[in-house]
Amino acid sequence: MSRTAIIVEKVLPHSAERIWRALTTQDLIAKWLMPNDFVPKVGHRFDFRTRPMGDWDGVVHCEVLACEPPRLLRYSWKGGSDSGLSKASRLDTDVTWTLTPVDGGTRVRMVHDGFMLPENSTAYEAMNPGWGRVLDRIAGVIAEAG
Amino acid sequence: MATAQLTVVLKTLADPTRRAVFERIAREGEVAATGLVRGTRVSQPAVSQHLRALREAGLVIERREGRHVHYRIAPKGLAPLIDWLGHHQAFWRERFDNLERLLKESEE
Repeated sequence: MSRTAIIVEKVLPHSAERIWRALTTQDLIAKWLMPNDFVPKVGHRFDFRTRPMGDWDGVVHCEVLACEPPRLLRYSWKGGSDSGLSKASRLDTDVTWTLTPVDGGTRVRMVHDGFMLPENSTAYEAMNPGWGRVLDRIAGVIAEAG
Repeated sequence: MATAQLTVVLKTLADPTRRAVFERIAREGEVAATGLVRGTRVSQPAVSQHLRALREAGLVIERREGRHVHYRIAPKGLAPLIDWLGHHQAFWRERFDNLERLLKESEE
């Protein structure tokens, strides 16, 4: 299996300090992501809660893994049900936010890493032309070696 | 429906031996069932069982030629996995937009 990450990156016209507050203040996080009991302290365990969907209870279990204001924030992101069929689709991943000051604002980079796929999933593209299109649709998903 | 198929694919690939069989077929393009047994410590019945599971999950296709059965990767077999990633991708894009809007509004 190889690890695959989802990456979203954008330059926003705000200071790193301001963006950091939006990423690390409970009330503000709730406004753009999900209700939570986040505290910006390494080792703090917290949950994101949203509406249950299908087998999923709507809870993401997290722990703050790194917190270096105003540039680096990382938390684990575990979700899915432990019971029955949906166990296989349980997530054991982590989310990393990196803020870098640039001209005109701050580069915000979010990496959601740890999705496991069979080796060389992207190699199927060569075997099946249809795969190219499927993979194009998720252009932001970057497969990492190993 | 899509979720059910994703679960089947993930469950099927959760077994390390079965995943190794799948990855080997992917690597070699097309493999005879007998060729899969050779050079491994997995027994013929076990390999047959893994191949059946992979076929039922829509991950491999078989082709019969006389007494031999050949296996190759099904073109859309991993599509549920790719879609699943796509959902997460869409989730973050949307939340990122929310974040951007929040920052913009709170400035005014």
